[in-house]
Amino acid sequence: MLLCSLLPCSGETILGLRESLKWATDCLTEVDSSVAVSSGGELFLRFISLTSLEHQDLSRCKKVMEERGELFLEKISLSRTKVAKLCHTFIKDGAKILTHSSSRVVLRVLEKAAAEKKRFTVYVTESQPDTAGKQMADALRRLNVPVTVVLDAAVGYVLEKVDLVIVGAEGVVESGGIINKIGTYQMAVCSKAHNKPFYVVAESFKFVRLYPLNQQDVPDRFKYKADTLRTVSDLSDEHPMIDYTPPSLITLLFTDLGVLTPSAVSDELIKLYL
Amino acid sequence: MADCGEADGPVKKDDIVRAKNEGKELTKEEKQRLRKEKKHQKKQKDEKRPSERVKEKKPVAPSQPVATQPPTQKAPTVLPASAPIPVPVSGAPSYSSPAPSPADKPAKSRAEQKAERRARQEADRASKQQSCSSSSKTKAPPSELNPVVKRLPEHVQVDDPAVVKRLTKKFERQQIPLRSDYDYKVSLFSHLHQYSRKAPLTQQLSIPSTVIHPSIVRLGLQYSQGIVVGSNARSVALLHAFKQVIRDYTTPPNEELARDLVNKLKPYISFLNQCRPLSASMGNAIKYIKKEISNIPSQFKEEEAKTKLQTCIDRYINENVVLAAKAISKYAIEKISDGDVILVYGCSSLVNHILCEAYDKNRKFRVIVVDSRPRLEGREALRRLVQRGISCTYVLISALSYILPEVSKVFLGAHALLANGYVMSRVGTSQIALVARTFNVPVLVCCETYKFCERVQTDSFVSNELDDPDDLMVTRKGKTQLENWHDVSSLRLLNLVYDVTPPDFVDLVITDLGMIPCTSVPVVLRIKNLEQ
Repeated sequence: MLLCSLLPCSGETILGLRESLKWATDCLTEVDSSVAVSSGGELFLRFISLTSLEHQDLSRCKKVMEERGELFLEKISLSRTKVAKLCHTFIKDGAKILTHSSSRVVLRVLEKAAAEKKRFTVYVTESQPDTAGKQMADALRRLNVPVTVVLDAAVGYVLEKVDLVIVGAEGVVESGGIINKIGTYQMAVCSKAHNKPFYVVAESFKFVRLYPLNQQDVPDRFKYKADTLRTVSDLSDEHPMIDYTPPSLITLLFTDLGVLTPSAVSDELIKLYL
Repeated sequence: MADCGEADGPVKKDDIVRAKNEGKELTKEEKQRLRKEKKHQKKQKDEKRPSERVKEKKPVAPSQPVATQPPTQKAPTVLPASAPIPVPVSGAPSYSSPAPSPADKPAKSRAEQKAERRARQEADRASKQQSCSSSSKTKAPPSELNPVVKRLPEHVQVDDPAVVKRLTKKFERQQIPLRSDYDYKVSLFSHLHQYSRKAPLTQQLSIPSTVIHPSIVRLGLQYSQGIVVGSNARSVALLHAFKQVIRDYTTPPNEELARDLVNKLKPYISFLNQCRPLSASMGNAIKYIKKEISNIPSQFKEEEAKTKLQTCIDRYINENVVLAAKAISKYAIEKISDGDVILVYGCSSLVNHILCEAYDKNRKFRVIVVDSRPRLEGREALRRLVQRGISCTYVLISALSYILPEVSKVFLGAHALLANGYVMSRVGTSQIALVARTFNVPVLVCCETYKFCERVQTDSFVSNELDDPDDLMVTRKGKTQLENWHDVSSLRLLNLVYDVTPPDFVDLVITDLGMIPCTSVPVVLRIKNLEQ
């Protein structure tokens, strides 16, 4: 839906087209500073401009770009289904799953597993400060899945009961780590300590060319909401909305490119971007 | 042929000893004779199976001596010799092409040479198509089935006498002196070479040496005495020396520049390898040069070919060292933020370059330089950084765990990146990476892509370099405690040069292609192989 708005563009030269697309992406990023938007925008740009050098006639070129744009959109909407198809087999009958905050991809995975007549229970963290976990719990109750909302602080307490942890991701970075709602890193460290598998589900357009070394290294424009960045002068008072989970804590990533280990993410990124 | 070889044995031995003492290069005829003897040896070995092996070994030794027979006498013997050669297939053709084939027929024209080669290839193809009933062909299918049978490199088999004998024979043939090992080795490392700096290889060469180009002799001396150190510096010095060699090279008559120059470089490389074992970057550079030389089309005139090669070398240095350093600095500067405390180890030209660039771009950081004996390379890094105005602290590696709580990032250079993601670098690097990992300090390795190599190693024992153990002796207040360490039979000194760091300790590798995790090194190698 975000990307539909990028399609109608008017530009006389290829360069002009690229400029206006970039400007549109930047506008969007200013409004909603999420990692997914920036990575999706960049990948969209690259995907449609791959053909820009082949055709001589500009109008034909534009048409081709539009077609590729449509193709890209279609691929994205199908990607969630692909991920769900890959992941639901990892949920065994009678499993207890822990998830964090609200993620549409995780919801889709759990829907598919429920449709396959599997019985499982879900623990969702409340995920302050926006209590997004409650929305996730409501959606799951509509699917008739037994769900419990737990405090963010109770993750360590609950982990001995669960069998696996599934989270979504706002961005997948070059090292194979993920950027997700604050509290994910904590969950990953606890699940490593308990030896529980930690699975991440993400679409491939979320792969981004960042390489954070630690929490501090994640750029500020992702950590805080866009309006916070504009209004507040001293960021040390604000609380960040996301955190970075290093690849050593992640067992597997489920993407529409397949089931990947964290070290394979770099391989895929090289293929996508080079 | 074997019989006449044995008969001329003693006479030829004197000749070759005389030729060696005079330091003259073996004339072309002598070399051809050597090659022909060997080829004949091999052909006989193919026809007569293992029972004859023992008998063949003896003719091999006296076959080395060579006679200065006039070429006309050899021409008629060459023809019948080449005729039976196409018939035994297996190892002989692959061994004999391309080096001996042009030199074998001095009296023939190029067209006739080409015709003979074509005839030989036809014969090979024909005999390969036949069923593998004959004994000589049983050798061919196994070698085709496992074409990737890798043999251990010779420099890690020093304690195997057969390998040592093979090496000495190779050096005799190439006419370079053999450097003797400094025998007081730690038994765990007895499979590696250890040389003493007091006995450089150049002492056994005559001056001026006509076999080895003087710039190569100088380079070898600079390596073995530790005047040129650091993998970038060594590779660039090597390439400059090769440029000089190419400049002074003239193609001998009836030779192709492409083939002859490659053969000329082989003894130089053996010589340099003995002065100081080649680094991975030097190995890749040599591979590149050899490829460029053999790809020179034959219609190029000599001057054209030489200028082309020199521009190739300049471009290689520019792309892989100079521009790569610029690209790596660009990525690395993104990772340096204001207020950082950066730890560096030893003296890496790339890391120093990065820090100086970052300082020029007004990043506020300070540096801690860690150093270790016996090389004390950190002092050189310290000097360069302080000259720029960067505030530095200097510690020895024993103070590492004391200083690490202050550090925010560790920047390390690398000698080579192995195909399984391990980082080969100066000894002490893996210790720093290990301790940094325990303190949760990110470790960044900076390495150009031309240092990536296909080797796989998981420990520092299998393949390493042993430096002169006498360097470990230290004189304080006029007394050297270890002065007579030879006399103590249970004491051995060990001076290792490299160690390997596992990829779990390294957080990020910065290359000219971008920032990659340590596990993605084989991906980069794959891309590079595709490009070639």
